[in-house]
Amino acid sequence: MKYDFDFSAPLAYWPDLLAGAWTTLALSLSSTFFGFLLGVFCALASTGRSLWLARLATVYIEVIRNTPLLVQVFIVYFGLSSLGLQVGAFTAATVALVVNVGAYTSEIVRAGVESIPKAQLEAAETLGLSRWQTLRHVVLPPAIERVFPALTSQYVLLMLASSICSQISAEELTAVANRVQSDTFRSVETYVLVAGAYLLMSLVMRAVFWLVAMVAFPRLRRLGTPL
Amino acid sequence: MGFLNAAHMQFLFDGLLWTVGLSLIAFAGGGTLGFLVALGSSYGPRWSRLLVSLYVKLIQGTPLLVLLPLVYFGLPSLGLNIAPLAAAGIALSVYVSAYLGEIWRGCLASVPRTQAEAAECLALRWHQRVLHVLLPQAIKIATPPTVGFMVQIVKNTSLASAIGFVELARAGQIINNSTFEPFIIFMIVAALYFALCYPLSVLSRRLERSFHVANR
Repeated sequence: MKYDFDFSAPLAYWPDLLAGAWTTLALSLSSTFFGFLLGVFCALASTGRSLWLARLATVYIEVIRNTPLLVQVFIVYFGLSSLGLQVGAFTAATVALVVNVGAYTSEIVRAGVESIPKAQLEAAETLGLSRWQTLRHVVLPPAIERVFPALTSQYVLLMLASSICSQISAEELTAVANRVQSDTFRSVETYVLVAGAYLLMSLVMRAVFWLVAMVAFPRLRRLGTPL
Repeated sequence: MGFLNAAHMQFLFDGLLWTVGLSLIAFAGGGTLGFLVALGSSYGPRWSRLLVSLYVKLIQGTPLLVLLPLVYFGLPSLGLNIAPLAAAGIALSVYVSAYLGEIWRGCLASVPRTQAEAAECLALRWHQRVLHVLLPQAIKIATPPTVGFMVQIVKNTSLASAIGFVELARAGQIINNSTFEPFIIFMIVAALYFALCYPLSVLSRRLERSFHVANR
């Protein structure tokens, strides 16, 4: 069968698609930011002195990493509202993504923290640094610099995974695509366009993370070598 | 949980079986394609390396939730009518092949170069070098991350619900539509996924540890 491609039909919806892409970026950036904070906190908890906190962090990480994001999104959106906590689709999506990516971030950052040689900690103690100062100046900067490439990949994956939020009517790019294709019946063209948009956004995200690394890590900026 | 009867549980269990089935299909299909991806980018000529890396970048830069409808709605408009199971199997296989291919390429690259050189000195042919020297060592390195990635496959099959394939997540949605108890139902669904994935995670970690001990 001959098929004539017609990109003009879905392209006529470009303001909607652009708005969807914007929502996807907003979702990804906010959940990257809060997920990073949550992940660092859990990484410190799971490597810290409190056995009780470490166990709690481990349970959280294992549960999240071994269940699908789709089900987590459903639990947050439908489950919480059935328990009387009404949240909007965008809020529910953000919460689910933060909780999800927090667990993955935690595992990555933990690997970074554990890669810090023990001698560094002993040196910090000898210099009379407090526990907080040791974390802030000795442990976290090199730990995060070392795992930054892995974090970048994880957050690009998060951006792609945010497409799952289309399942709870959060109006991000994939949700818009689903609507456009059912309006125009041009499914191949629509999804090819949207796939291209995601590809572009993942390239842009990688570039942004590279810039962030250049600003945040003076050592990397001067030497340009991996730690 | 009085609203859940035996028929509901049977329905969830059927969904669970389809999740397992779809995961196996995706692993078999994605593994086969991924093997070609790994070989093509490790030992192939220049053009195949370029082509394969383009393919991997393209797939890894696209969400699975876009790939799935692209196959499901796209193939019929090209004149090929396929069932949701086939569409999900194809989309997942393509998706898995890009990731497994990259993982296996890394494993092939981590076999010491001297092994390939030694095999060449022994006048082994290309296929003998790959089959008898490089692959056996690479497979040992590749086992823990591959088992770990199977967790991702199982979790990603949940997205097949978006194109109407009734696996575990979709079964949960359908039951929820009739009982309106989303919290409990999706908790059960999550627990079932956990029961599938957690053993794989533990196995992957154990394999990794024993591998490190063996190479100390």
